[in-house]
Amino acid sequence: MQGSARSENLEEIAKEVRKSIVKMTFEAKSGHPGGSLSATEILTYLYFRELNIDPANPNWPDRDRFVLSKGHSTPVLYSILAMRGFFDPNLLHGFRKINSLLQGHVVNHIPGVDITAGSLGQGLSNAVGLALAAKIDKKSYRVFTLIGDGESDEGSIWEAALSAAHLKLSNLIVFLDRNMIQLDGFTEEILTLGDLEGKFRSFGWAAITIDGHSFAEIRRAIEWAKNEEGPKMIIARTIKGKGVKFMENNPEYHGKPVPNEEKLNEALKDIEGM
Amino acid sequence: MMMSNELNWLPDLINKLDKKSVREAYGNTLVSVGADKSVVVLDADLSTSTHTSMFQKKYPERFFNVGISENNMMGVASGLSWTGKKVFVSSFAIFATGRAYDFVRQSVCYADSDVRIVATHAGLTVGEDGATHQMLEDIGLMTGLPRMRVFVPADALETEEIVRYVYENRGPFYVRLSREKVPVVHDSESFRFGRAETITDGDDLTIIATGILVSAAKIATSYLKQKGISARVLNMATIKPIDSDSILKAARETGRILTAEEHSIYNGLGSRVSEVVTESYPVLVRRLGVNDTFGESGKSWELMDKYGLNPMGIVNKVEEMMKVTV
Ligand SMILES: Cc1ncc(C[n+]2csc(CCOP(=O)(O)OP(=O)(O)O)c2C)c(N)n1
Ligand SMILES: [Mg+2]
Repeated sequence: MQGSARSENLEEIAKEVRKSIVKMTFEAKSGHPGGSLSATEILTYLYFRELNIDPANPNWPDRDRFVLSKGHSTPVLYSILAMRGFFDPNLLHGFRKINSLLQGHVVNHIPGVDITAGSLGQGLSNAVGLALAAKIDKKSYRVFTLIGDGESDEGSIWEAALSAAHLKLSNLIVFLDRNMIQLDGFTEEILTLGDLEGKFRSFGWAAITIDGHSFAEIRRAIEWAKNEEGPKMIIARTIKGKGVKFMENNPEYHGKPVPNEEKLNEALKDIEGM
Repeated sequence: MMMSNELNWLPDLINKLDKKSVREAYGNTLVSVGADKSVVVLDADLSTSTHTSMFQKKYPERFFNVGISENNMMGVASGLSWTGKKVFVSSFAIFATGRAYDFVRQSVCYADSDVRIVATHAGLTVGEDGATHQMLEDIGLMTGLPRMRVFVPADALETEEIVRYVYENRGPFYVRLSREKVPVVHDSESFRFGRAETITDGDDLTIIATGILVSAAKIATSYLKQKGISARVLNMATIKPIDSDSILKAARETGRILTAEEHSIYNGLGSRVSEVVTESYPVLVRRLGVNDTFGESGKSWELMDKYGLNPMGIVNKVEEMMKVTV
């Protein structure tokens, strides 16, 4: 890990990230807060504790990679990249606006972004490619990926899962944001995913389930992953909208920001009180 | 007197126009044709956006949300259709035609299945979601498929008529709709399958437009008239089969054709019109569309202005074309 992030308190950082998510989507009057708030601890931990990256040299060839396969969750990623110094935090004000760097869905011309995504179910295949290249080149970098539970409806996720196991990609570590909600509603009402851990295991992956809002469990899961063979699936049980009471577990806030100043202040207060 | 600075959608032209949601028009029409028990509707986790949720509310037993699995959805639609169901399938244009292209080609078109794909969120007017969601190649993909018939309604009323048409007839069909509310062009029913509609007559040049660009062409024409240019406007709501007779008549009578669409200049309305003209009566044809680039995040009408898909873009092209001696 390069840079100065190590000493700060993760809980405090996560609060700042959450506030930024709520504010930037409010300012843009558009965007996806729900699945950003559910993934906040996962990305905070990766970017402030785990990833071997260098904000001053974002294209360093030996860096660890991160793939935001659920490419709509840009508010959490952009907020963290700005906090880690990949680009000027003022650019967050341009989020989703015309002629701006920070596109609605994640795109690889942004410093710190490795893979373009937004059409669900494609990022994981890209991650397989990145991990495979490390094997070919005998490099030690790792590929971390975040996929959604709704995203796991896509057949291509399971094609990539077969590939990763077949290719024995031990350097591939995937988090699945198990927030139980997709765009139209609750995952188990729309398309039953059932026992995801068992499914991935039967596909040849090492798999565990953790509390995706616990830094301690995220840390233990990553340590576990370091000692397992083959691709690793960490199913992170999370709450969509986590930290903002009226957004929590509420499918309405998949792709909708807080509607007004009053709700914004309520949301910021909720986050502060976490 | 109309001024040239009133030819961009923003700051206020678009707000002055009467606009209606084509997605709501789709939802309403689905509910009304849904009285027929053979109608089955599928969606892939976008029902609240495509408005198939309106059908779901009324006929939950004949609505199926397959989750985020567009390929699967097209295959299921084909299977259902071979038992006599009249199947409607919806998603965003990018996923219905892009992600699921091979399923549409093999399971729907080659298999000759009675399936109607009604896709929303086509083109730049997706807005803030940006390039990954802004489908600018679907007219090309869908018109390239044997058996597929392709429609782009100009407004909400025409959407109702086309959805009813595809319900009453046997598929495969592709209907392309926008996310944004679009300016009202029609005050009465006018849709005829495979027929261009004359919005205004004129003899210096013909503007053949589709979708949102029909209203842009209408506005551009009143401005051009002040400048002494008489433009004919054709609404090409059926892109395939295309109305070759009206195109060739325009070629013969006006000598110049401008096409306008919220789509790539490649393989869309402009290409289809050029093919007809080149084969039988070559005249000057120019295309207004997106110039071989992806879109980006921004507000819908801001993007339409930036990419020149507005009355101003049409006026500029027309003025250039009138300078060419033909
Ligand atoms: C291929 C594809 N189909 C549909 C969409 C539209 N879409 C964007 S987000 C989303 C729901 C995603 O749910 P999930 O993966 O659970 O994300 P999260 O809950 O973490 O936000 C959908 C259907 C898309 N982006 N890509
Ligand atoms: Mg989810």
